Amino acid sequence: MNEQVANKLKILSDAAKYDVSCASSGSNRSNHSKGIGTGVACGICHSFTDDGRCVSLFKILMTNHCIYDCAYCINRRSNDRPRATFTPQEIVDLTIGFYRRNYIEGLFLSSGVIKSPDHTMERMVSIAKKLRTEENYNGYIHLKAIPGASDVLIHEAGIWADRLSVNMEIPTEPNLKKLAPEKNYPDIISPMGQIRDSILVAKEERKKYRKAPRFAPAGQSTQLIVGASPETDRQIILLSSGLYKNQNLKRVYFSGYLPVNDYDKRLPAITRPPLVRENRLYQSDWLMRFYHFKAEEILNEDQPFLDLDVDPKLGYALRNMHLFPVDINRADYEMILRVPGIGVQSAQKIILARRHRRLTMLHLKKLGIVMKRAKYFITTNELPASFSDWEPLRLKHKLLSEMNSKFKKSEDTQLKLFTDFKPVLPTLH
Amino acid sequence: MKIYTYDNSFEGLLTAVFECYRRKDFPVDICSRAGEQRYLFVESVHIETDPVKAERVWKGVQDKLSGRNKQLLFYAFLSEEQGIEMKIYRFLRRLFSGHFNLETDYGDSDVLYLTQTSQKVKKEAMRMLQFIRFQHTKDGMYFCGIEPRYDVIPMVLNHYQKRFADQKWLIYDIKRNYGIYYDKDKAEEVEISKKQFNTYNGQVKQALLDEGEDFYQKLWRSYFKHVSIEERKNLRLQRQHMPRRFWRYLPEKQMEG
Ligand code: SF4
Repeated sequence: MNEQVANKLKILSDAAKYDVSCASSGSNRSNHSKGIGTGVACGICHSFTDDGRCVSLFKILMTNHCIYDCAYCINRRSNDRPRATFTPQEIVDLTIGFYRRNYIEGLFLSSGVIKSPDHTMERMVSIAKKLRTEENYNGYIHLKAIPGASDVLIHEAGIWADRLSVNMEIPTEPNLKKLAPEKNYPDIISPMGQIRDSILVAKEERKKYRKAPRFAPAGQSTQLIVGASPETDRQIILLSSGLYKNQNLKRVYFSGYLPVNDYDKRLPAITRPPLVRENRLYQSDWLMRFYHFKAEEILNEDQPFLDLDVDPKLGYALRNMHLFPVDINRADYEMILRVPGIGVQSAQKIILARRHRRLTMLHLKKLGIVMKRAKYFITTNELPASFSDWEPLRLKHKLLSEMNSKFKKSEDTQLKLFTDFKPVLPTLH
Repeated sequence: MKIYTYDNSFEGLLTAVFECYRRKDFPVDICSRAGEQRYLFVESVHIETDPVKAERVWKGVQDKLSGRNKQLLFYAFLSEEQGIEMKIYRFLRRLFSGHFNLETDYGDSDVLYLTQTSQKVKKEAMRMLQFIRFQHTKDGMYFCGIEPRYDVIPMVLNHYQKRFADQKWLIYDIKRNYGIYYDKDKAEEVEISKKQFNTYNGQVKQALLDEGEDFYQKLWRSYFKHVSIEERKNLRLQRQHMPRRFWRYLPEKQMEG
């Protein structure tokens, strides 16, 4: 039996790895029942793969059999690959076995579609339910909602899971039709809406009665594949900002298209996934979520694609030189956040520290601000900064040439934001 | 010139601070007895740790620091950095002289140093949440032996007690030679005299492991290998997040054996 499980694990983890979301954050489920497991609001990465990504959840497919034939998917039915299916009990045992050894924060269960969306969803729900009721497990569970599954099953999924996600994959309807003709747009959008509403209702209820049942307390997320279809970055960013606003999503994940089915002529012929582009999209997403940028400020109509050479924050600064230099000792928080080289934590520290004394370049350096970059965009107490009258294009080239020596050789910076890893210690306050 | 020596405990340091105020002294250094040898012509006073005095100083600190910084000095102290005592002492002088929100005066080098040092310690504690790996033993206990850079196991006790409320576990600090044992009811400090595990990598002797242990470690290794995407390989990033010094404790980083 063990041999068999090991073999299935090989096939089904291999098939699941393309799903990028790994975050386990946002749940604070407590272990009130004295069973096993807790949720930690910031999420914990227990390991990092050779590609540098955070391993937080046990990410696995229930099965890689599928009745569909989506062009971009390695598990599509027309691919001749080894296939396997876990029984619910096998997944439960693996999850508990890994969890007790502190390998993981929880389970992230996805699946190919067997028989019908409902049949598949029902089995997935039964796994989550088993974990909660039979194993007394309070760790994290993320369930993928299968497009086309019934409302009742989606609802039950939300009762047991911490997070639900419906993957959009292809950003626009016509391209979805082209690449995944058996799926339809409403089947993706309507469960998103249902989940959003149920989350809101459950939250309200819990304000009134503390015992009211939870519904996906860590919210919902989705994933978009980038580069399998011709959408522009601007379209993608507007879409994701719309999803945050209208569907109340917690996260939108981007996955650079890996050319897994190069025989399919509906797909672009590429050899490597567009990693830099994917990273630029994450950076833009970051700017919207933590730096108070609006989608329109990151890309406008004349500029549909992100600059691959510089990150979008620097890009914004270079396009808006008239807003700089910023006086570190006076400017408001919003503006300090916009200075290239200053992150959220540094910006907060600046605001606090300048109440005690006027800050100089030396202070900023000690605070960990990347002065090489920031110095062109700020003034401090003592000197008017190197900010003279740099013409944006020249400044860009200067900054780029400085960066080249440090970063370009290895392509490490690409994935810096990928992991969503925040080193915060939850138990200490 | 005068220096104070103390017993290297946080309480001892707080007692020393108390004595500075009581005796109206301004020692040029507060250090361990070993550190005393650096000084030739000074008068050295040894301060006996007194929990009551320490408590009074600690209460004063708690009243003055804001919520999320209440543990700032304790965490910085855990770093065991040389010279940390005087930085804490100077900080306390300013704090008790009525400086408001002192902990956010990052333009001051002591404040910045203490903040950054305490962050380092917290990061190490975070790593104890990330990289602790339990091995299931024959007698039904989950064991981990590990060597954190700072003395941070007590900081994560609460987390593990809540998370694994229904299993017996023992987390052992190999370097400092003590551990915390939880028996499904309460947690207590223990010292193991006869070590049934490898003190280099925390590996429990094979004969003492539960039968399923090998299976789960193997599966985890296999899982780890299979979720990595070859096209994205980035070993530097991996090392940055998961420093090499922890690899020997992680089953996923061991060769198939
Ligand atoms: S439904 Fe999902 S698993 Fe099936 S082919 Fe499409 S993307 Fe792949």
